[in-house]
Parts: sequence; structure tokens; C-alpha cells
Amino acid sequence: MNLTLRIWRQAGPDDPGGFSTYRVGDISPDMSFLEMLDTLNETLALRGEEPVAFDHDCREGICGACGMVIDGQAHGPQPTTTCQLHMRHFEDGATVDVEPWRAAAFPVVKDLVVDRSALDRVIGAGGYITAPTGSAPEAHATPVPKEAADAAFEHAACIGCGACVAACPNGSAMLFTAAKVVHLNLLPQGAPERSSRVRGMVGAMDAEDFGGCTNTGECATACPKGIPLSAISALNREFLRGTLR
Amino acid sequence: MAATGAVMLLYLVAHMLGNLKIFFGPDDLNGYAAWLRTVGQPFLGHAWFLWIARVVLLASVVGHGVAAYQLSRRDLAARPQKYARRRARSSYATRTMRWGGVILALFIVWHILDLTTLTVNPRAEEGHPYQNVVASFSTWYGGGIYIVAMLAVGLHVRHGFWSAAQTLGVNNARRDRVLKATANVLALVLTAGFLAVPVAVMIGAVK
Ligand code: SF4
Ligand code: FES
Repeated sequence: MNLTLRIWRQAGPDDPGGFSTYRVGDISPDMSFLEMLDTLNETLALRGEEPVAFDHDCREGICGACGMVIDGQAHGPQPTTTCQLHMRHFEDGATVDVEPWRAAAFPVVKDLVVDRSALDRVIGAGGYITAPTGSAPEAHATPVPKEAADAAFEHAACIGCGACVAACPNGSAMLFTAAKVVHLNLLPQGAPERSSRVRGMVGAMDAEDFGGCTNTGECATACPKGIPLSAISALNREFLRGTLR
Repeated sequence: MAATGAVMLLYLVAHMLGNLKIFFGPDDLNGYAAWLRTVGQPFLGHAWFLWIARVVLLASVVGHGVAAYQLSRRDLAARPQKYARRRARSSYATRTMRWGGVILALFIVWHILDLTTLTVNPRAEEGHPYQNVVASFSTWYGGGIYIVAMLAVGLHVRHGFWSAAQTLGVNNARRDRVLKATANVLALVLTAGFLAVPVAVMIGAVK
């Protein structure tokens, strides 16, 4: 396969940045999008040019590092992460636009790399349980209803990639925050901090440069982990409960 | 946004049903309008109920608008640099909430000038809403503005109803389909009910 890539290049946070066009040949349809970028970077390095900077770590769809907007969609045309996106989903000879996540809360560090630490600060405000560490507790010490366990697991699948923020026309982090609040608030282990968690995390989210939620639903459509839009309703419910009492 | 929207939605349903009285003839509609002024008597004075409703509605419209303005400011600031290419993956109703809302705000002003204060009404006969409605909808602009606005109402309600359920935390995975279906039905019934009047006037069924 041959592709023409229009990639956002930006030397640093203060550089205005702009698109550069590259042609990449000899692409195997079995390559991931990141492997295709690796091939491009090898040729760039051979030519003595600066390789395209992009974030990646696990390359198996579980770390959430590899976000970029491909042809106007977060993580590209498939409901998966960029590292798990295969080149067979592109047409030979196509022109593909590659941009970083665009959000005030996610400043560009370089090229396609953005600073997502705003999400870490939201987690830091309550996205955990306070429990004594040490040896693992006996598994049946705390019974968890099956339904709660399943729903908590579904929401725990969030990998913090930020695609929801990137896809949201308002740059809102509601889905991300909702996923963590719902995950922990459903479980008995999370119950003692149920109210302070939702208040803390929503407060931290509002303190960052995220926009507000207008329920457009683009977050859930873009989410590679299938976090459902109803999580946002559950977050609002928890928030009302947590602030009224 | 959800609370003020819910107030206005309830009012819209009542307003739409009241409008349909026009199909029972001038006496029915004019009588209904006169009755509205007597609701709550003798506890309330003449037309007090109407004025209370107007104050509540005005507060809702202003509250809704201010919240929308603040939210929009924040939302636009959250994406200072736009995408060079973006594929919107939300519904048309969702994408037109802001401009649809602006259209509706302007329409409300027009509608009050037309049929409440009668300032711009071609007939302007106090106490005769039937005749005023027919006169207004007999002009191309009167009917046209109304039809556009009612289509905007339908779109606004379609996203707004479901969105309010999300905001108030009453949605969940099981209720989602029911709420979306309710939003669609509400939007359709409201739009059809409101549109019935100008269409009937324009085709001469009501005169
Ligand atoms: S909710 Fe989905 S899109 Fe958002 S950060 Fe989590 S995994 Fe990524
Ligand atoms: S590199 Fe870890 S999710 Fe893509």
C-alpha cells in the first residue's frame, strides 16, 4: 500500500506548528498505524530529518498512550486504539490527515504528543480507594454483587487515553471522569469515599481547562473501550447525591 | 439547563394542546383564552394565573439562555485550536442546539409581539385570539416564521429531553432506549400539533 500522510509537525509548545506532507510506500495491510509511522520515521531518520514524535507504550491497546486524530476521528476509523488500528482499514493511495488531540487541557508537547496530565490530576482528586496495603485480602472477605462487579468492570476498562476529550466538540472530560467514579462508587470498597470522590473529581475536572458536557455523545462513539454514555448520567446522579447530602 | 428546559417543555405541551382548540371554532378558542384569565379565581385575581405563568416562563427562558451562554463560552474556550479535519458523529438535532436556541429566542420575541401584545399583528383585535391567529398565519411571513420555529422546537426537544434526563441522572443503560424514543415522540407530537394550526389556516381549513 502507498499512502500520503498530512501530519501535524510542531517543534515545541510555543511553535505555531503546521502540516507536512509525506509519502509512505510499501505498507503492509497487517501493519498497525504506529508501525506505519515507524516506517516513516526510519526513512526520515535516514534522510537526516527529525522523526515524527508520537506517544506509545504498550502497543496492545491497554495503556492509552497512543492517541492521535486520524482523518478527523480520534484513534481513526475503527473503535480501537491507534496501536491496534490496522492499515487494511485504509485505502491504497489515500491521503490521511494526522493531528494531535486538540484541547486547551491537553497542550501539545511536540508533533502528535500532548500533555494529558490533567487527567492524572482528576484521578488524584479521588480516583482511588483508601485502603491499607500489604498482603492481598482474602477474596471473599468483601462480597460484591455480580451485577455491581460486572458494571464496575465495564467502567474500569477506561485506559485514560483522552479520546473522549479529543472527540468531544466541547473538549469535555465527563466520560473519563464518569468511568472512574462509576467504577469505584459501585463497589463496596469504594463506598466509604463515595461522596467525597465524586465531589473531588468533578471539582478537579472543572478546575482544568475542559469544557462542559452537552451530551453530544461523541465521547462514547470515540471511546476505544466502549465506556457507555449512560456513565455520564450515573456521574450526574452520584454528583447530585454527593452534593445534596 | 435541564430544570429550566423541563419547565418550558411542560408549558409547550399545554400550549400545543390549547392551540388545538382552534379547530373547534372561534368561540371555543376565544372562550378558552378568556377562561385562562380566570384560572384560580377567586383565590387569585383576574389574569393573575397568567401573569404568574409568564414570570415563571420568563425566568426559565432567561435562566436557560444565561446557562447556555456560559456553557458555550466555556466549551468554545476548551478547544482553542480547531481540527483541520473533523467528522462530526452526533445527530443533527444535537449539533443545532445552539443556533436552534438562538432562533427560538428570537421567535419568542416575535411571537409575543404578534399574538400577545398584537404590536405586529395584521388584525390586532384584543380578546379575539382566533381572528388574530388566522390573520397572522394568512400572511406569508407570519406562517413562514412560525413553521421554521416549530421545526426548530422539534429538533431542540429531541435532543433536549434526553439530554436533560442525562443531566438529572435519571438515565441508565436500560432506560436509554425508552428515553430516546420518548424524546422522539414528544418532538414529533409537539411539532405536528403546533404545525397543524398554520397549515390549516394556509390551506383554508381554518378561517
Ligand atoms: S473514557 Fe474511553 S475515550 Fe475516555 S479516556 Fe477512558 S478509554 Fe479513553
Ligand atoms: S500504545 Fe498502549 S494503548 Fe496504544
